[in-house]
Amino acid sequence: MRMRADNTQLLYPGSMQRYDELLERDGTVRQHWRPLIDHLALGGADTARRCVEMTRRLVIENGVTYNVYADAQGRDRPWQLDPLPLLIDAKEWAEIESGVQQRAQLLNALLADLYGPQFLIAEGIVPAELAFGHPNFLWSVHGTRPLGNTWLHLYAADLARAPDGRWWVLSDRTQTPSGPGYALENRAIIARVLPGLVSEMGVRPLTGFFNALRQNIMQAGEDGAAPLAVVLTPGPFNETYFEHAYLARQMGLPLVQGQDLTVRADTVYLKTLGGLRRVHAILRRLDDDYCDPLELRADSALGVPGLLGAVRAGRLTVANALGSGVLESAAWLGFLPGAAGLLLGETLRLPSVATWWCGERPALDYAIAHLDRLVVKPTFPNQKFEPRFGRNLDEDERALLIARLRSRPYAYVAQERIALSQAPSWRAGANVRLTPRTLTMRVYAVATASGYQVLPGGLARIAAEGVVDIVSSQRGGGSKDVWVLADADVTRNAANDSSAATEPTVTQRLRRHDDLPSQLVENLYWLGRYSERCENKARLLRATLAMRTNVAIWRTAREACVHYGVLKADEEPTESLYDDAQEFGLAADLGRLGWCATQSRSRLSAEHWRSISVMQRHFHESGATLADPLETLDRLLVSLTALCGFALDDMTQDDGWRLLMLGRRLERIQFLAGLVAARLADGGLIGQGELEWLLDVGGVSITYRTRYVSTPRLQPVLEMLIFEESSPRALAFQWQAIRHTLADLAQSLGSVPDDQLEEPVAQLSAIATAGVEDSGAHGAARRQLLSASLSVLAASAGRLSDRLALRHFSHVDLDLQTVAT
Amino acid sequence: VSAVRYAVRHETLYRYRGEVVHSHQQLHLTPRNSSRQSCLQHAIEISPAPSMRSEYVDTFGNLVTRVEFDRPHNRLQVIARMQVSLDEVPEIDLEEGESWEQVRDQLCYNANSREEEWVEGMRYRGESPYVRIKRVLGDYASDCLRPGTSVLSVANALMAKVHEEFTYAPGATEIATPLLEVFGNRRGVCQDFAHLMIACLRSAGLAARYVSGYLHTRGTEADVCALPPADSPRLLGADASHAWVSVFAPPWGWVEFDPTNNLRVSQEHVALAWGRDFGDVSPLRGVILGGGTHKLAVSVDVEALPAV
Repeated sequence: MRMRADNTQLLYPGSMQRYDELLERDGTVRQHWRPLIDHLALGGADTARRCVEMTRRLVIENGVTYNVYADAQGRDRPWQLDPLPLLIDAKEWAEIESGVQQRAQLLNALLADLYGPQFLIAEGIVPAELAFGHPNFLWSVHGTRPLGNTWLHLYAADLARAPDGRWWVLSDRTQTPSGPGYALENRAIIARVLPGLVSEMGVRPLTGFFNALRQNIMQAGEDGAAPLAVVLTPGPFNETYFEHAYLARQMGLPLVQGQDLTVRADTVYLKTLGGLRRVHAILRRLDDDYCDPLELRADSALGVPGLLGAVRAGRLTVANALGSGVLESAAWLGFLPGAAGLLLGETLRLPSVATWWCGERPALDYAIAHLDRLVVKPTFPNQKFEPRFGRNLDEDERALLIARLRSRPYAYVAQERIALSQAPSWRAGANVRLTPRTLTMRVYAVATASGYQVLPGGLARIAAEGVVDIVSSQRGGGSKDVWVLADADVTRNAANDSSAATEPTVTQRLRRHDDLPSQLVENLYWLGRYSERCENKARLLRATLAMRTNVAIWRTAREACVHYGVLKADEEPTESLYDDAQEFGLAADLGRLGWCATQSRSRLSAEHWRSISVMQRHFHESGATLADPLETLDRLLVSLTALCGFALDDMTQDDGWRLLMLGRRLERIQFLAGLVAARLADGGLIGQGELEWLLDVGGVSITYRTRYVSTPRLQPVLEMLIFEESSPRALAFQWQAIRHTLADLAQSLGSVPDDQLEEPVAQLSAIATAGVEDSGAHGAARRQLLSASLSVLAASAGRLSDRLALRHFSHVDLDLQTVAT
Repeated sequence: VSAVRYAVRHETLYRYRGEVVHSHQQLHLTPRNSSRQSCLQHAIEISPAPSMRSEYVDTFGNLVTRVEFDRPHNRLQVIARMQVSLDEVPEIDLEEGESWEQVRDQLCYNANSREEEWVEGMRYRGESPYVRIKRVLGDYASDCLRPGTSVLSVANALMAKVHEEFTYAPGATEIATPLLEVFGNRRGVCQDFAHLMIACLRSAGLAARYVSGYLHTRGTEADVCALPPADSPRLLGADASHAWVSVFAPPWGWVEFDPTNNLRVSQEHVALAWGRDFGDVSPLRGVILGGGTHKLAVSVDVEALPAV
C-alpha cells in the first residue's frame, strides 16, 4: 500500500461546465488516478521538472516530429507531448472498446454496400447525395470487392466526453487514419518518464497492434508465394512522414513512393535492386483519389498507374481499400443508427454527436431555428468553408449563412457543440500545479481474422491553451499518452501474447534484403556521395582558409576552391560558405545530403538520423549569425566524420549499404584524383607550403608526420595520397574497397562485377611515383604522366558511377505523364 | 419506323518525340446498345501490339478496353471500327411529363425506398470533376425554369439558350479549360456546351448525363460538330468526336439533346459511352512513362450505309 501524500499543491479547482477526467464533482481525485497523483505529490517540484524536461528531450532525441523534412533551414517541428497520461479504467474502456469495434464493423459493411449493391441507398436508409456527391466516392471502385470483403483495415474514431460523463464519437477516420505511430512513440517515451507506474498501475501494453495489421493485409497471395506488403507514402513533404517511416520500421515493411511501384498485367511490382518483385498488399498513406492517375486524378504524380486494375483483378489488397474516404463526412453520423439496424441488426453502442444533414428539409429548418447552439460544417471535404459557430455570428453573417444553407442545403451539416472534458496537464516552469486542458481522444481498431481489435490506448490531443472546444495538432495543440488500466490477470496475459506476436519469424527476416526499393538504394548511394563530397569540400575550404596569410599558396588554393564551387571569385569566404543559392557550394550540398537522408530515413537508425538533423541545424544556426567559417568548418567536419562512423558501424551491410559505400568511395576518387592531377598537370614542381596544403585537404597531415617526421616532400606526399593502402583516405584504399564491394554486390545479385576501374588502376600503379622529384624535362614528364593517369582514373570513376545508375536505378529516372483525347 | 445504319472509323495516332518505355491506356471506344441504338459489329485495332489487353464494364455500364505496352515505342495507333443501327426516336410532346420541380424534389433524399431508375438518376445529379455546380450557372438557367413546366421543355429551352448565346469556336478551349471560363467567354466546343448544359440542369436539381460519340454530317466544313446545311455533300475524314447531353425526364426516361446543334438527338448521333462528364468516358486515356512531347492526330469517318 502506497503512502497517501498531500496533493493540495497539485490540484486545480474542478469545473462546473465540464467533465473532469481527474476530479470528482466534489474536487477529490478519482479512484483510478490516485496512484499517479500520489506519485507526483511525493516527488514535488523536482519530479515535475524532471518529467517535463525528460519528455521534451526524448521527443527530440527520438526524432518525433510533425513535419520532418530535414532541410538546412531546420524546419522540423517537434511533436508536443504532455508528460501526464490520460487514465481510463477497465470498466469504462470495455464500453469504448466494444463501441469502437462495432463502429468499425458497421462502417466496413457500409462501404461494402456503397461500393456494391447500394441497397441502403435504394431503401432510403442513407442519402444518395452523401455518397455520389462525395469527392472520395470513387466511381471506378464500384463493383470491385476486396479480398475477404475487408474495406477498412485500420480505423480511428475521434471521441469526446460530454459533461454527463458519456463518450461520444465526433468523427470517423476511414481513409488513412493518422496517429497510431505517434501513439506508440508516446508510450515509449512516457514509459521511460514514469517507469515504475506503468507496471505498478497495470497499464495495458500496446504491442502486437501493428503485427495484427500486418498479418491481416498479408494473407497469402493466390500464387502461394510468401506475400510482400509495402507502406506507400506521398513522400517526405507530407506532414506525417515521420509516422510513415515509423510504421514501415515497426512492421518491417519497405517504405515506398508511387514511382517505386509498377503495374504489369494487373499485378503490382516493387522495383528492387534485384529486379521486379510482386507486391500483394499496400498499406497506403496516400489519399484515395491520388492513388491511380490512370483512372482517378490524372494530375497525381504520386500514384501508381494501373493500381485499380490490380484491385479489380483481385490481385492486390489495399489498406484501407480505395474509396474508403467517402465515409469521412460529418453528414453520415445521423444515418448510422439506421444503417446499424439494417446491416448489423444492432443499436449503436457509442452515440455520435448530434448532427443534422441539411439536405433533409426538417433538418434544415431545425438547423436554422437553433443556429445559436450549433456549429455549421461543410458536408464534403473539398468545400472551401470553415466551420462556423452560430452564436459567434453577427446579424449580417447570420443572414448570409442562412442564405447559403437554403441555396445548397445538402452541402452543409449542423452539429451540436460538446463541452469537451478536461484533464490535468503539466507545463515546463517553476509552478508544480497541474492545469486543466480540454481534450479529445483518438482510438484505433484493426481488422483481424476474428474481427476488429481495438488498440488498448490511443492518442489524446489537448488544446494549446486552457479550456476551449476545438483541439487540433495544426493549431499547435499537444498530445497525451492514453493509459488503459487493467486488472493484474489481463496484464499478464497481454504481455505474454505480445512477446510472441512481435517476434518476427525466420522467413520474414530472410525476405528483408531483397525487397530494397531501387529508389531507396539510389538515395542511399547519393547519401554516400554527398556525405563524402561535403567532407571533401569542408576540408578543402578549411585547409585553404588556414593558409590565408601565406601569399605564395593562397592564390592557388583559392583557385581550387573556386573550381570546386566552395568559394566565389569575388566573395568573402563567410558569404560563400552560407550561401545555399550557390549551386556547387557547401551549403547547397549539405541541403542535398539532408534530402537524401530524409528519403532514406527508414533505413537509418534514430541516432544516425539525429546526427544528420543536428548537423543541419547547427550549420543553419551558424549561417544565421554568420559565425566564423573556420569554427563552423571544424564543427562540421566532426559531424561529417561521425557520419562515416555511422555508415561503417551502424548499418546493416546489405546491398543498400554497399551502394552507399560505393558512393563514398567513388566520390573520394573523383575528388582526390582530380585535385592531385590538376596540381601536377603543368609539370612544375610543387613547393613545400602547397604540399602541406595538399596533405591537409587530403586529411592525412597527421599520418604523414607520424610516418615521415621530415618536412613534406613531393614523392612521399604522393605515395601517401595515392598508393598508401593502409590509409583509409588514400586512393588505393578506395579502389581496393570498391573492388571488394563490387564483387559482393555481383554475388548478391548474381551478376558479373564491373571492371571499369581495373585498367586505369593498373596503369597508374605501373607509372607509380618514381622520378617525380627529378629536376629538368624528365621530372616534368613524369609528373605530367602521373597527372594524366590520375585524370583517367577520375574519369573512370565517373563512368562507373553512371553505369551503376543505369544498372540499378535507371527505371526511376523517367517522368510519368497522363494523356487523354 | 426505319432504321439507319452507319459505319464509323475512328483513328487516334500519337507520335512521341522520345521513347515511351511503359504505357497503360483505357479506351471507351465500343458503341453502347440502347433503346435507339444497336451495335452490329465493332473491332479495335492497336499498334504496336499491346503486351496485355482486357475488357470490363464500368459502373456506368460502358465497355472499357484496357491495354498495356511494356516495350519501348514511339508511336501509338488505335483504330476503332464499328457498325451501328439507329432507330428513329419516338415523337414526344415536350410539354408532357412530370414538372421539373416534381422531378427535382423526388431526386432528393426522403427516407423512402426508391425504384432502380430513380437511384440511377441520382447518380447524375451531383457535382463531378468537370461539372462544378456554381450559383452563376443556376442564375443563368433561371429563365428556362418556368414554374410547372416539364423537364423536357426546360431542357429544350436551355439547349436553345446555350446554342443561341454561345459561339462555337474550335481551338478556343481545351479539355482542361474550367467551365466558368467557358461561361465567361461565351465560346467553346461541343464538350464545353454539353458540360455547361449539364451544370445548369444539375444546378436546378435535375439529373443529366454526358454522352460521348459521333455525329453523322453531310458537311464540308473542317469542324463538323456543328451541322452544316442538309444539302451539302459529305466529306470523309472531316468528322470528329462529338458530345451531347442526356436528361432524366420521367416518365420518358433519359432523353438526349445536342446543344451544339440545338436539336433533339435522333438518327445522326452514334453514342459510344456515357458518364457524369467527359472524365468518365474519354475515348483514350493513358499514363505513359517517358515519351517527352508528343503529336496527336485524330480522324473520324462516319459513313451512312445503304438501308437493308
